[in-house]
Amino acid sequence: MKAKKKRNMARRRDSRYYHAMLFLPVLFLFIYHFLPIPAGILMAFENFQPGKGFFESKFVGFKNFEKLLIHPDILPALRNTLIIAIEKIICNLVIPIAFALLLNEVKVKWFKRAVQTITYLPYFMSWVILAGILIKFLSPGSSASSPGFLNTLLVNMGIIDEPVYFLGSNQTFQQTIVISDVWKNFGYNTIIYLAALTGIDPTLYEASAVDGAGRWKQTIHITLPGIAPIIALTTVLAIGKVLNAGFDQIFNLYNPAVYASGDIIDTLVYRLGLINKQFSLSAAVGLLKSIVSCTLVLISYKLADKLAGYRVW
Amino acid sequence: MKISRGRLVFNIFNTIVIGFLTISCIVPILNILAYSFSSSQAIIENRVTLIPVDFTLQAYEFVMSNSRFWTSMAVTLKRVILGVSINLILLILAAYPLSKSEKMFPARKYYVAFMLCVMLFSGGMMPTYFIVARTNLIDTIWSMILPDAVPIFSVIVLMNFFRGVPEELEESAVLDGANPLQILTRIYLPISKPSVATVTLFSLITHWNSWFDGLIYSNHTENYPLQSYLQTLVVSSTSTMENMDVDTMLALRNVNETNMQSAQIFISIVPLMVVYPFLQRYFTSGLTLGSVKG
Repeated sequence: MKAKKKRNMARRRDSRYYHAMLFLPVLFLFIYHFLPIPAGILMAFENFQPGKGFFESKFVGFKNFEKLLIHPDILPALRNTLIIAIEKIICNLVIPIAFALLLNEVKVKWFKRAVQTITYLPYFMSWVILAGILIKFLSPGSSASSPGFLNTLLVNMGIIDEPVYFLGSNQTFQQTIVISDVWKNFGYNTIIYLAALTGIDPTLYEASAVDGAGRWKQTIHITLPGIAPIIALTTVLAIGKVLNAGFDQIFNLYNPAVYASGDIIDTLVYRLGLINKQFSLSAAVGLLKSIVSCTLVLISYKLADKLAGYRVW
Repeated sequence: MKISRGRLVFNIFNTIVIGFLTISCIVPILNILAYSFSSSQAIIENRVTLIPVDFTLQAYEFVMSNSRFWTSMAVTLKRVILGVSINLILLILAAYPLSKSEKMFPARKYYVAFMLCVMLFSGGMMPTYFIVARTNLIDTIWSMILPDAVPIFSVIVLMNFFRGVPEELEESAVLDGANPLQILTRIYLPISKPSVATVTLFSLITHWNSWFDGLIYSNHTENYPLQSYLQTLVVSSTSTMENMDVDTMLALRNVNETNMQSAQIFISIVPLMVVYPFLQRYFTSGLTLGSVKG
């Protein structure tokens, strides 16, 4: 009895320490991550003017959302977002898995290590840096400058007749975005599958080899089922990214000539808000996006928990 | 060991595919490096591919004398030092109590609900901007530090690591009358070095690479961190040479926009290269920690 009482007292004292530790982190999260939520909801329903603030600006009901419905840029942005994001999700799953399977067959240690070291590299660079590199690398050239590396190479090899403006034409922009995103991330995305591959029990391979299974059969019947749980998990978690086409990347690579194929919800929110100063309209788009994204992420967490027992907290 | 013919064909094919993908990752970076060391004449004539042509250091000499580059470098160093320290303190303070079970810390569920809420739901760009403006952070270094002072993903990574620490370790300290703060600093932190290293690198990379906050929360370009400055230079193609006097122009005949921008891009990735071996080691452990175990 006495021991229990003592333990309870210690626990209460500990709890007080825990609350104190959490005070500052929660305070900062509250100000800069929680307050913008109600502020955004307020802004979306009023004609927000920075001089008047959140509470003095005029309340306008659903006017901003009505304006959105007839805004010419909203539907193309939604369509581009979905196309780019879904293509990215698929490619960022398939290519790293395929690459992991291929790399897993390499038995030369130094080669494997060198490949990993080099392919991880672009992941750590910001899209500003990579845009600086890619804009030159993919340039078709102009009267003032010569074509970039890729166009020069492709023309010299006779694959194309004249330089392609990868980042400047609506025919190629989306593919360029998807491919360059895969290029940046595939090395890093491969890690998780490689880790899962090394976790497969080697005796399974030995047993199947005795039974006369070849490499291909082993891949189908042992390797793929072995990494299936992790593939299911990464697929499910990707659902939450359907409205994220990659602001950092597109903002740094697009230009007015490719708005028709490259403008996404996030870049539209930016232009409406910070360039056109239509703060409330921008907040309304942001609010809608947040609601849909939040729902999708919740669904994906639920599925991940059911399928793989994955829990974030 | 005998290798079958089919296996040999596969191995050759495999090496070619992997080799091609690997080379594709390094070629654009080598290309920019080659530009930065080449003369402008060679660049204009399109003679530069992967190896510098008419090797020159003039682009780097120009960058050395470019005060805007160094001003923004100073801002970046300041934000990295302040930002990473604050990130670390706050995320350790948050991760430790949250690693306790609900039995030990009954209020845990409310904190978790709050964290999940701010993690899932974002207020959006404009509301966040006005909150930052309201708290008088515009044009100060704090606008790049305080809004993301608590990196929630890192909190989760560290919290999961703390959970794996055996309870017996803690019990002996409790018997000695240690309070939770002492237990955290004397027992948990010393054995969590790899995880702390991981989250430190997360913060380091995030602060080094961030450009958007610097861009929108600064009205004056002298407050830009390096990445924001490079963004305006490379992407919005603001010319660095515009404000140059004639003497400097004449002294730098071998410099043009391409090799000069390339030199600045390259200098900005050198620090990344320096910490790269650590990144490789700790980022991978962080990744599997954060997403497999959950």
